Amino acid sequence: MYGSASTHDIPTQAATGLENEDPILLAEFEARIARGEKIEPTDWMPQLYRKQLTRMIEQHAHSEIIGSLPEGTWITRAPGFRRKMAQMAKVQDEVGHAQLLYSAAETLGKTREQMLSDLVNGKSKYSNVFNYPTPTWADSNVISWLIDAGAIVNQMANAKGSYGPYCRALDRICAEEAFHLKYGHDAVVHMATGTPVQRKMMQEALNRWWPAIMTFFGPSDKMSTHTEILMRWKVKMATNDACRQQFLDMYVPKIWEIGLTLPDPNLRKNEDGVWEFSEPDWEDFKRVINGDGPCNAERIAVRRAAEENGAWVRRAMQQPQARYVRPLA
Amino acid sequence: MDPTLDLLYRLADDQLILGHRNSEWNGLGPILEEDIAFSSMAQDKLGHSLQLYTLLHELGEAEPDTVAFTRNAPQFHCCQLTELPIGEYDFSLIRHFLFDHAELLRFEALADSSYEPLALVARKIKGELKYHVLHANTWVKRLGTATEEAITRMQAALEFTLPYALGIFETTAAEPEIISSGLFIGEEELQRRWEESIAKVLAQTALTLPDLRLLTPVTGGRHGQHTEHLQPLLDEMAEVFRLDPTADW
Repeated sequence: MYGSASTHDIPTQAATGLENEDPILLAEFEARIARGEKIEPTDWMPQLYRKQLTRMIEQHAHSEIIGSLPEGTWITRAPGFRRKMAQMAKVQDEVGHAQLLYSAAETLGKTREQMLSDLVNGKSKYSNVFNYPTPTWADSNVISWLIDAGAIVNQMANAKGSYGPYCRALDRICAEEAFHLKYGHDAVVHMATGTPVQRKMMQEALNRWWPAIMTFFGPSDKMSTHTEILMRWKVKMATNDACRQQFLDMYVPKIWEIGLTLPDPNLRKNEDGVWEFSEPDWEDFKRVINGDGPCNAERIAVRRAAEENGAWVRRAMQQPQARYVRPLA
Repeated sequence: MDPTLDLLYRLADDQLILGHRNSEWNGLGPILEEDIAFSSMAQDKLGHSLQLYTLLHELGEAEPDTVAFTRNAPQFHCCQLTELPIGEYDFSLIRHFLFDHAELLRFEALADSSYEPLALVARKIKGELKYHVLHANTWVKRLGTATEEAITRMQAALEFTLPYALGIFETTAAEPEIISSGLFIGEEELQRRWEESIAKVLAQTALTLPDLRLLTPVTGGRHGQHTEHLQPLLDEMAEVFRLDPTADW
């Protein structure tokens, strides 16, 4: 799961450092991207490209691993065998995505250990939606369906980007996310068409999550004027607004179809086919992404505890005198 | 209790409860790869318990969801080893090593059970347990030969866990009939094979296997007597299910 909500701090044109790059190499690089070629780890690339991609893939990886926490707490409480096993498999996939993405980011020169250290020290961010609580089983279902749906919209676009290792990781991730979407949709439909207790729980969860879902793709492009170079380099493949419109077009009708309502009286599709909606509270979004949300401290504390508790295992594995164990399978 | 039911409840409850515990490693593993590995094993164990509860259902017991999500601790027959909290990775790893060595040998033997439906299920399960044991052995050998810190931790975890592991082999009143009817080889024979099996792996590490004859097994689980940890686990597991037991979730 991932949204572009965490990558809004793109540098200004003046601070790109492009004037220090070799103009011939830069022109070749841009020509390759324009021809649709992929950039591979050993290829020449501008520092800004390396920096932006590292940050983007790293934030995506962090989002997967932090995102597994709120959903993971529902594994032990999932109702019935079918849901319990599916929830486990789903959350396991998310951790697997983190593993794939940290590997992709490592090809750009930053180690997994450094990235995880930056995560627990608050130096790097993750998708803002995971700073909100999941108080009921229905909240977990809303994430599985709609947050994963949003992630697919975003990632299908980015899978056509220019950096080879990230694109290949995204292709695999999207295939798995498509199953999560089906699982989430199935769980939401069961709740929305179930007993009065289930329907109420689902509607309340959707009301709680809708504002966060609306901020999932990040601030309006009108508010960010520096995306041009990243679009040209195919680091960013679709604007935040385009992703949000696509998501609304695909999922609002499906939500209404199963008898659920959305807590925005201004939400409608106008005659031009464009969705209108109440502007999300971007001030609140900024406050939460900067650390003051309901769950930021808890998410980081859990991750830090995991890092600290597991440190002895990693120390043991790094011992050069340790007896080599042949991979058996 | 009927010997077949008695045996199946013990097998199924062990798998369910340890599967549940292993799933708690989500997001907390010492490395991402171990998060993923524990989740795979948890999923397998949940699947094994479902297959075994399905056999029970075919013998007239309630639906698997009802059996798993509505009983309380005194009605569970898992050994106490499976219900202990996950603790730190050293304990969870040693529990996994000790338990899965027993389980692999158990299901290999059950593949020849006189109760054909169980034999069929066991043939499938033993193939998966082979990988659980492979995983446990790889890590026990690795950490049991690495740093002094790791070896000390692993040795302490081994000594703490062994009395509980001996509780795996606690028998019930049905044991003589279970053996005589060819349902299963029996717990005593299983324990003998298990001791050989774990000793062989531990011999390849810096860890010392204590004299098992000097240890007092922690028993009671097979008779519904459990630690204080099982009921809270069950309450958590059934938290949503019990909100509306008539609902289709």
